[in-house]
Amino acid sequence: MNLHVRYFASIREALACEAEPWQTSACTAGELLAELRARGGAYAQALAEGRALRMAVNQVMARADTPLTEGAEVGIFPPVTGG
Amino acid sequence: MDQVRIQHEDFDVGQELARLREQDLRVGAVCSFVGTVRDTRALTGLDSDRIASMTLEHYPGMTEKAIEAMIEQAHQRFDFYRALVIHRIGELAPTDQIVLVAVTSAHRGESFKACEFLMDYLKTQAPFWKKEQTPQGAQWVDARVSDDAALARWGIRSDNA
Repeated sequence: MNLHVRYFASIREALACEAEPWQTSACTAGELLAELRARGGAYAQALAEGRALRMAVNQVMARADTPLTEGAEVGIFPPVTGG
Repeated sequence: MDQVRIQHEDFDVGQELARLREQDLRVGAVCSFVGTVRDTRALTGLDSDRIASMTLEHYPGMTEKAIEAMIEQAHQRFDFYRALVIHRIGELAPTDQIVLVAVTSAHRGESFKACEFLMDYLKTQAPFWKKEQTPQGAQWVDARVSDDAALARWGIRSDNA
């Protein structure tokens, strides 16, 4: 499955990456996170377990069990702090 | 018509409120909230708490959708006519305006409630991030557990912080 992954705020800075295409075998947002973490290096650090991370699938807030679909846009970011 | 605007430019609250209720004879109440940039040093007296400026980042596309969805939820809960949400992005200085939430209704109760609901929702569900310029360097602002608690009052669970 092909995804478009976008990173924001502190995660974007830590990975030095705003967006990238990503081919995955993950079925859920949580599985994708584990897969990206397993890339090691900056990914292992920025997406480390226990770090506060939030995700969106197709621009809607997602949970670990939110399913992924072909061509989905996945956003990965820290807790939001607007307002 | 409800309206959501994400913009770099400042806004004029008086003008925005006048426009929101223009020619709408049903309106008897307008409630608004303005969030501004504070310099924490003014609260603590500590130079290390100084905020020189703040940069606001967002998730283009998702931000508008998230705020439109929260206005839709507010319509289902409260009896109000129109909502306006303006949120600024980019670099802001202490005392600058960040956000405006305004609601019109027939009576004050519904617009007070809808305005507070929208603000509580925005704090934990809209994809904005603040980065502060401090004497220690640039720092991303941490989310607050109290903001999740504020949304929980409306029966909505938030796991943001």
